[in-house]
Amino acid sequence: MASYFAAVWAIVRKDLAAEWRSRQMVTAMLVFVVLVIFIFAFTLDIDMLTRRQIAAGVLWTTFAFAGILGLNRTLATEGERGSLDGLLLAPVERSAIYFGKTLANLFFMLVVEIFTLPLYALFYNMSLAQPGLWLVLLLGSWCFCSVGTLLAAMAAQARSRELLLPVLLLPMALPVLVASVRASSAFVNGLGMEYASASLNILVVYGLIMPALGFMFFDFIVEE
Amino acid sequence: MASTSLDRKPRLLQALDILSALLMLGTIYMVFFYAPMERVMGQVQRVFYFHASSGWVTMVVLIIAALAGIIYLIRPHKKWDVLAVACVEIGLVFAFICVTTGSIWARPAWNTWWTWDPRVVTFTILILVYMAYMLLRQGIEDPQRRARFGAIYAILAAVTVPLTFFSIRIWRTLHPVVIGSGSATAEGGFDMTRPMVWTLLFTLLALTVFTLTLLWHRVRLGWLADKVEELRMKAFGR
Repeated sequence: MASYFAAVWAIVRKDLAAEWRSRQMVTAMLVFVVLVIFIFAFTLDIDMLTRRQIAAGVLWTTFAFAGILGLNRTLATEGERGSLDGLLLAPVERSAIYFGKTLANLFFMLVVEIFTLPLYALFYNMSLAQPGLWLVLLLGSWCFCSVGTLLAAMAAQARSRELLLPVLLLPMALPVLVASVRASSAFVNGLGMEYASASLNILVVYGLIMPALGFMFFDFIVEE
Repeated sequence: MASTSLDRKPRLLQALDILSALLMLGTIYMVFFYAPMERVMGQVQRVFYFHASSGWVTMVVLIIAALAGIIYLIRPHKKWDVLAVACVEIGLVFAFICVTTGSIWARPAWNTWWTWDPRVVTFTILILVYMAYMLLRQGIEDPQRRARFGAIYAILAAVTVPLTFFSIRIWRTLHPVVIGSGSATAEGGFDMTRPMVWTLLFTLLALTVFTLTLLWHRVRLGWLADKVEELRMKAFGR
C-alpha cells in the first residue's frame, strides 16, 4: 500500500517538475482564462445584479475549457516523447499512473482557479472569499479531472485526439458542471449550505464513482 | 461462430420480421382507432404511445450495451462488441424518435417545443453521449482497442447519464408522470382509461419485438462486415 502511494506521488512529482521546467501549459491556461473573462465581459454587457447571479456559470465554463486545455496535454506529451512506454514498463500498478496524472491535473486546475478568483473579484467588484465556494471548486475540479484524465487517455490514442476530448468529456462531465454551478451559485449569492447541499451530494457521489471506475479501467486503456 | 448460420437468414429471424410487421400494423390500429380520444389534449395525445415506448426501448438497448461492455472487458470476444455497437446505434435512433415525438407533444401541452426539464435534457445529453461514442469508435483503427474503448465508454455513459438526470432534477420538473403518482407541478398529465393502458402495453410489446428484430439484423450485419474484413485481409494480406 505504501509503495502504491509512493508510485502515485512519484508520477505527480514528475508531472509537476516537467511543467515547472517548461511552464508552457499552465501559462497557456492562465492567459486563456484571462481572455475568456474579458470576452464574457464584452459579450455579456450586464448590470451588477445579473453579474452576481451568473458569476458561478461564467467561472465554471471558464474552468472547464481551461481544464480541457490541460487534460489534452497530459497524455499527448507523453505519447510524443515516447515516455509513456517508459511509464508503462515501470514495475508499478497501472492505476497508480492514473491517480498520479489525475492529481497533477487537479493541481494545474487549482492553480488556474486560485489565480482566477481574485482577478474575477477585482474585475467584477464582488467578494469571492468564501470557504464554501472553495470547497465546491476543490470537489468539482476533482470530479472533472478524474473523468477527464480517463477520457484524455482514450482520446490520446485516437486519430483526432485534441478534437475528440471535448466531445467525449463535456456530456459526461455535465452532472459535475451542473452541480458545481448550482452549489457555487448558492455560496456566491450568500444562500449558504442549505441550498448547496443537494448539489454537493451529487459531486461527492460522482467524485467517488469516477475514480473507482478509473481505477478499474485504466489498465484496459493503456494496455498494448 | 458458425459461419453457416451467417450465410442464410435464419428461419426464426424471418418469422420475427413478419411478426414485427404485423405488430406494427396492429399498433397503428390500436393507437389511431382503438384508443379513445383524450379529452383535454385531443389527437396529439396519441403520440404519447410511441413516445413512451421508444423511450422504454432506448433504455433497454443502452443498458444491454453497457452490460455487453462489462462482459467484453471480462471475456474479450468480438461478439460482445458487435452486440454493443448494434445496441448503441438502435438506441440512438429510438432516442431521436423519443425526443422528437416528445417535442411534438410538448408544443400544445406546454406551449413550447423545448423545455429544460430533467428528462428532456437527460435524453438529449444521452444522444450526445452516444454520438460521442460513435465518434470515438471511428477514430480508432485497431479493432481490439476500439472494442475496449467502446466498452469502457458505454459503461461510463451508463453511470453518468442517471447522474445527469439527478443533477438537473434539482430544478423543478415539468414532465408529467403518467404511470404511478403524478407530481403536483407536472403539466399536461392525464389519467389513463383501460383502453389507453391496453394500447400502451401493445405498443410497448410491438416496439420491443421490433427492436429485437432490428438488433438481430444489426448483429448479423456486424458479423458479415467482420467476415468481409477477414476475407479482404486474407486476399490482400493487409
